[in-house]
Amino acid sequence: MPHAFDEMSSTDGAVRPAYETLQRWLAEVPQDVLDHRRKEAEFIFRRIGITFAVYGEQNAQERLIPFDIVPRILTKDEWTRLSRGLEQRVKALNMYIKDVYSKREILKAGIVPENLVYQNPAFRPEMNGQRVPHDLYVHIAGIDIVRTDPDKFYVLEDNARTPSGVSYMLENREIMLRLFPELFSMHRVAPVENYADDLLATLRSLSPHGGHEPNVVILTPGIHNSAYYEHSFLADKLGVDLVEGRDLFVKDAVVYMRTTEGPKRVDVIYRRLDDDFLDPLAFRRDSVLGVPGLMSAYQAGNVTLTNAVGTGVADDKAVYSYMPDIIKFYLGEEPLLPNVPTWRCREADHLKYVLEHLPELVVKEVHGSGGYGMLVGPASDKAQIEKFRDKLKADPANFIAQPTLALSTCPTLVEKGIAPRHVDLRPFILSGSDKVRIVPGGLTRVAMKEGSLVVNSSQGGGTKDTWVLDA
Amino acid sequence: MLSRTADNLYWLTRYVERADCLARILDVSQRLAYTPVTYGGSTNEWSSAVLTAGCADEFVARYGPLEEAKEENVVSFLAFESENPSSIRNCFEVARTNARSVRTALTSEMWDVINSAWIELRNFPNRALTRDELSRFLAFVKETSLRFDGATFRTMLRNDGYWFARSGAQLERADNTARILDVKYHVLLPEKEHIGGPLDYFQWASILRSVSALTAFHWVYRDSVKPWLVADLLILNRQMPRSLAACYDSLARNLDDIASVYGRQGPSQRQARAMLARLTNKSIDDIFQTGLHEFISEFISDNNKLGAEITEQYLT
Repeated sequence: MPHAFDEMSSTDGAVRPAYETLQRWLAEVPQDVLDHRRKEAEFIFRRIGITFAVYGEQNAQERLIPFDIVPRILTKDEWTRLSRGLEQRVKALNMYIKDVYSKREILKAGIVPENLVYQNPAFRPEMNGQRVPHDLYVHIAGIDIVRTDPDKFYVLEDNARTPSGVSYMLENREIMLRLFPELFSMHRVAPVENYADDLLATLRSLSPHGGHEPNVVILTPGIHNSAYYEHSFLADKLGVDLVEGRDLFVKDAVVYMRTTEGPKRVDVIYRRLDDDFLDPLAFRRDSVLGVPGLMSAYQAGNVTLTNAVGTGVADDKAVYSYMPDIIKFYLGEEPLLPNVPTWRCREADHLKYVLEHLPELVVKEVHGSGGYGMLVGPASDKAQIEKFRDKLKADPANFIAQPTLALSTCPTLVEKGIAPRHVDLRPFILSGSDKVRIVPGGLTRVAMKEGSLVVNSSQGGGTKDTWVLDA
Repeated sequence: MLSRTADNLYWLTRYVERADCLARILDVSQRLAYTPVTYGGSTNEWSSAVLTAGCADEFVARYGPLEEAKEENVVSFLAFESENPSSIRNCFEVARTNARSVRTALTSEMWDVINSAWIELRNFPNRALTRDELSRFLAFVKETSLRFDGATFRTMLRNDGYWFARSGAQLERADNTARILDVKYHVLLPEKEHIGGPLDYFQWASILRSVSALTAFHWVYRDSVKPWLVADLLILNRQMPRSLAACYDSLARNLDDIASVYGRQGPSQRQARAMLARLTNKSIDDIFQTGLHEFISEFISDNNKLGAEITEQYLT
């Protein structure tokens, strides 16, 4: 694998300008002070209860995501470039989903194969011909970005369903402000605190009817969901009710919530519940998390669901590989942020190449997430690769493959001091009826294990505060 | 507010209050058990603790006859066992689950108390505790409810959420006070001739201690500890924050606040006012005339009824 680009010390060891102050500071601060503050951070996180659940683990019901106290720094120029590309990408995603559920011009033009839509388990026939407010489907998107050198940023993944992680972005900043006020006095860091205001403004702008102040709620699957902390955190920051399915009911195609003062009408639901569980009358009948009749209210245009139903048709890893074409088709523009080159195992010649080059590739499930069920070729032994080869051959359409990128590294506090660790970045893009809002930065995830490229929290990844320098 | 949120707040405070009450019962039992028995016909402090906690059936099913209740079993049962739905450990577990479900309705200070207590609870070993450990544990539980009440009082917005939270605590507290009084009076001192003996003083003082009222008693009555005065203090005296009258004073006010914000009175307001009136118009002599036990039994059942009415009116 090629040597990774380090965002602080570059490839040749020269400290990059954005990191100069931080690097000097790191060199001066004794290791035990850093260790002490890291412990303090962990204590605060546990005390606030910022935990997540890892499915399939009995004992570790609530775990902490490791937090790294060394911030990741992006310059204003880098961020400007990134945010333009993100906005372009989300625009295209919205237009694509609209098209898929209405005229299907992109299918007729032969740009995206039909079976990627019709055979996609995330495709919702219920959405055919369904108008949504302002033609917006993906109101809250999380686009995963990786970097390989000073100028190359790639989109690694689009998350158009219910992307999570934004609470970490906000809490990480809170904790950094608390632990390292001196660092902030030495840098001009663009604030992220306005995310909650931006989100609320976005949600309100999507109300199905004007006039009165819309009643916005956040719908959570409940306290056993791995992202429950985030749901309650957001409800708190927005000052809106955090509801579960049982708190809502539908009467005459209108959604109400049960309150101590009787039923109250609901206008916008920021749902953190998958399509499948939304409405037992429309989707999975065994869902006890959803609201019977919710789809009927949605289809009658009496309530807005964010994100819209059926957005999953745009964010699996097979569709991802067509994103550059999708952008060109709808916007007539070149993608500002390139894709990572991707082989679609559904295509015979691609599959052949992938099978021949497994030890050097990363292979992922089309609908996988959370770093589950993937193969990182260079980090796997022969037996693992052969086992994966069988899985791949059995169901090639279920996989895509990408070159193993030398993801950029950032200085990270580990056992032995400061060392480079691989990172990615998930910015959050809000699309309201009035405008697109992106707070500068996002969630930086870091693979805490030396050499590891898997940053997912379910696989032991950590997070960092992400700074966009204002000047 | 969401009915579920109100429900969670209401039960959260009830469970914290219940844990506090259990800790006090254990504390007093421990103290009495180590006090020399100076007369014949021994009473078993530990069985009385189980009775007061109101979980005799569950205890008997697990450990056999109540009369033979052993300290270690009672402590473990009331404090730690997950098989006992109202053990202190379970109270804290349920309180935290409720708190997690309504984090948005709690202030960070309130959450911090509950979450820290839940974390701290895991530091106490899952075996029989030494006396020192037990004392530390009970102090920790009482400390937690004090901190939680303080956090609630100091930080929570004075709106319906606060009033539901307070109502839960007051309802639970009234129930606990009534049961402590009933069990101690009825079970331990059924016969007239015991009254006035040296053990008597310990027993009645212990009731007062279990509700942190021994000092208050002396200030209010300036008299030696007498059963009817203890009953007066714990039932009718509004100065005493744990008395039934004080609990209902506060309950009636909280429920009225809710009704006035919502612009509608209902069965729970009427029930609370009726009970407050009864506690205001009666003297302790009236109560003893008709029988303390009868009075308390009726109170406990009416108190439960109010709980059901609050649930029916607001929480479902």
